Amino acid sequence: MLVYLAKRLAYTVPIVFSVALVCFMLVHLSPGDPLISILPADASVELEQRLRIQYGFDRPLPVQFWIWISNALSGDLGASIANGRPVLSEVLQAVRNTLLLACTAAVLGFALGMFFGLVAGYFRDSWIDKLATSIAIAGVSVPHYWLGMVLVIIFSVQLNWLPAVGAGPGNWSWTWTHLQYLVLPAVTMAVIPMGIITRTVRALVGDILSNDFVDALRAKGLGEGRVFLHVIKNAAPTAIAVMGLQLGYLLGGSILIETVFSWPGTGFLLNTAIFQRDLPLLQGTILVLALFFVFLNLFVDMLQAMIDPRIKRG
Amino acid sequence: MHSLNTKTRALLGGCCLAMALALQTGVASAESVLRIGMTAGDIPRTLGQPDQGFEGNRFTGLTMYDALTQWDLSSAEDASVVIPGLATEWSVNEDDQTKWTFVLREGVTFHDGSPFDADAVVWNVQKVLDEDALHYDASQVGVTASRMPTLRSATKIDEYTVELTTSEPDSFLPINLTNLFMASPAKWQEFFDGASGDDTAKAAAAWDAFARDASGTGPWIMESFAPRERLELVKNDDYWDAGRVPNVDRLVLYPMPEANARTAALLSGQVDWIEAPAPDAIAQIESRGFVIHKNEAPHVWPWQFSRIEGSPWNDVNVRQAANLCIDREGMRDGLLAGLMAPATGAVEEGHPWRGDVTFNITFDPDEGRRLMEESGFSAENRLSVKALTSASGSGQMQPLPMNEYIQQALGECYFDVELEVLEWNTLFTNWRQGAKDPASLGAHSTNVTFATMDPFFALVRFLQSGMAAPVSNNWGYINEPLYDELVEKARRTFEPEARDAALAELHAASVNDAAFLYVAHDVSPRAMSPNVQNVIQPKSWFIDFSPISIEE
Repeated sequence: MLVYLAKRLAYTVPIVFSVALVCFMLVHLSPGDPLISILPADASVELEQRLRIQYGFDRPLPVQFWIWISNALSGDLGASIANGRPVLSEVLQAVRNTLLLACTAAVLGFALGMFFGLVAGYFRDSWIDKLATSIAIAGVSVPHYWLGMVLVIIFSVQLNWLPAVGAGPGNWSWTWTHLQYLVLPAVTMAVIPMGIITRTVRALVGDILSNDFVDALRAKGLGEGRVFLHVIKNAAPTAIAVMGLQLGYLLGGSILIETVFSWPGTGFLLNTAIFQRDLPLLQGTILVLALFFVFLNLFVDMLQAMIDPRIKRG
Repeated sequence: MHSLNTKTRALLGGCCLAMALALQTGVASAESVLRIGMTAGDIPRTLGQPDQGFEGNRFTGLTMYDALTQWDLSSAEDASVVIPGLATEWSVNEDDQTKWTFVLREGVTFHDGSPFDADAVVWNVQKVLDEDALHYDASQVGVTASRMPTLRSATKIDEYTVELTTSEPDSFLPINLTNLFMASPAKWQEFFDGASGDDTAKAAAAWDAFARDASGTGPWIMESFAPRERLELVKNDDYWDAGRVPNVDRLVLYPMPEANARTAALLSGQVDWIEAPAPDAIAQIESRGFVIHKNEAPHVWPWQFSRIEGSPWNDVNVRQAANLCIDREGMRDGLLAGLMAPATGAVEEGHPWRGDVTFNITFDPDEGRRLMEESGFSAENRLSVKALTSASGSGQMQPLPMNEYIQQALGECYFDVELEVLEWNTLFTNWRQGAKDPASLGAHSTNVTFATMDPFFALVRFLQSGMAAPVSNNWGYINEPLYDELVEKARRTFEPEARDAALAELHAASVNDAAFLYVAHDVSPRAMSPNVQNVIQPKSWFIDFSPISIEE
């Protein structure tokens, strides 16, 4: 297991470096001037040149990348061009908010997805299966920003039950004062993973139930409950892998959902950074999110290896 | 007459005291709060020089800070003009017109209690212009220095008099100075002294701390600040202008970049006021009893013509014809649901820079076609023009539908318009690259909207030949000796009325020559709850929050 862990950790080094390089290059190759947020288009050439030097944008790209990656390795992601605040604190604050939203949506989406998937797989081709499958298809098909707007219109504008936007006043607390802000974005965000997990688990359960070992278990006199537990255990590695990927997507923050709900997470941060052409903030946010994804995948691989010994042997 | 006994008097007295206390408690708890949803994605910078354009100045500049000069925002009908702010008077030195004397208002204090004086003005000029000053902050330079391009330094004459020096004679300086907000040197020094590290690190830490606990002289005081979430300001009871002490106790600002989210927040009662509601929601907003405020803003939505060799817009007949072939009223009432004002110049009738405009920009397609025929074009010999635009962007309103409307309208006047849609940042960057640059893709016009608060931004940067790319925004390389002469005249005329008259000459000359395709002015729509009272929306990007009250 330790060898497997060491190998997987070693793989992450070139991946992280490549991610950093790609996100740096993408940000710099996209159109627009990085000084756009602090320098109106009518600024003089002298002023523009002065600021370009002061911010280091006059240097060759490889030099800029080297300075950025060296600082990033020591935990310094620089300061936002637009607001001057340290990027790391900006990103961490946004990550906290996104984690809160993503984890809530994940719990909701995975629980519902597992439930619908297991039920649909077990009662395959019954009306229960058809209902669960319809819900799953609707979940993956409905544009979630549209669903968010519809939920806002119903529950905020018409019924006035829940707030339409924001994350609530002051620091987060697990009270209704703040929880009410979480309901609509979390439900909206949970819809896609719910649909995907439902479809995955349904297919897995169907396949596993058609295996010979299930008949063998039944022949040995195991009750349906115990048989079902075996089915779940066999479905778990694939389901966990899919959940890991989905959690990665959720943690990446949804620009659309966070913008629709003005939720101050990483998606909202990215949206602002893109529109302001705030390169340090954009690079820092993308890097942190990419690292999240890489390490989450690593964690999922470890978990799979623990559950299914065949994986680490492979 | 019966006299009350001691017990009864004590009882009555007790009741009165209890009622008084109850009333007082009731009054104290009935704090009035105005909650606003901004279009910004983040709280604009709070350290004195806001980012995010004029929305930044509106919400975190003019609320917490004052400048030496300020905009008169007291009328919805008259043009908003520059009036004294923290300076009570100013004059230019007759012998050396690069030197100005500003007399400061006495008795003004910053929110931290320190006095506003000549030292504070010198310190605030240094923060963006003196690279050797400890408190020089590069991050504030771009948004400030570009708006006062000729200011070079400040010198203290006495406690309440400063001398400002410009690089060349420039009568626009008092207008430019509305953008230099006075932050408290004492508060900054306090943060600097409390920081650790070398001087550069301490200065950066001091500005960061100042942004979270700011101190200006404005009518609102910062109370709490959560980046990307909210900014809470409370009223400054000791504001130097007693007539502008806010009526509302607390002002809460939320960033809400998405128009539908803002609209939902208003309709659900989460905020009392939103900037720029979703245009297609205006009818619903009004039908639910909310109020829309709008007024012609100092903004132009134009086509800026290329005047390089071979451009079809070099023919004045063609430029005038295009201006006559667009039904602006139709665009306003149909396409934009009333959310625009027809543009017949950079500024409209009643503005001091309007001037004697003789080319009447109206909807007259017959005259437009006649002019085109005079230049040799007809239904059989149509003129092909290529126009740059964007799909979105700050101040761009609804660029695609508006351009398609123009495309169709000009089609009736023998034009074949090809629209080239660029990403907003690309279009904006190209504004400085000019029509000759390959990034312009051979286009004959560009479509970047602009503000007209200041004569440099409204006229000079487009019309003066020296402002051609890459110096400034004369994208089309206009080179008219008359314009250059009038710009120089305006810059060197220091008496305000005479300066405005010179600018009016420049404006009238450019409209008569159809220097732009003038299409629309934004109207800065904002929607608010009917409880929000005493709103005066001036013809400005700014608004004064002081007179506003909340009716329970």
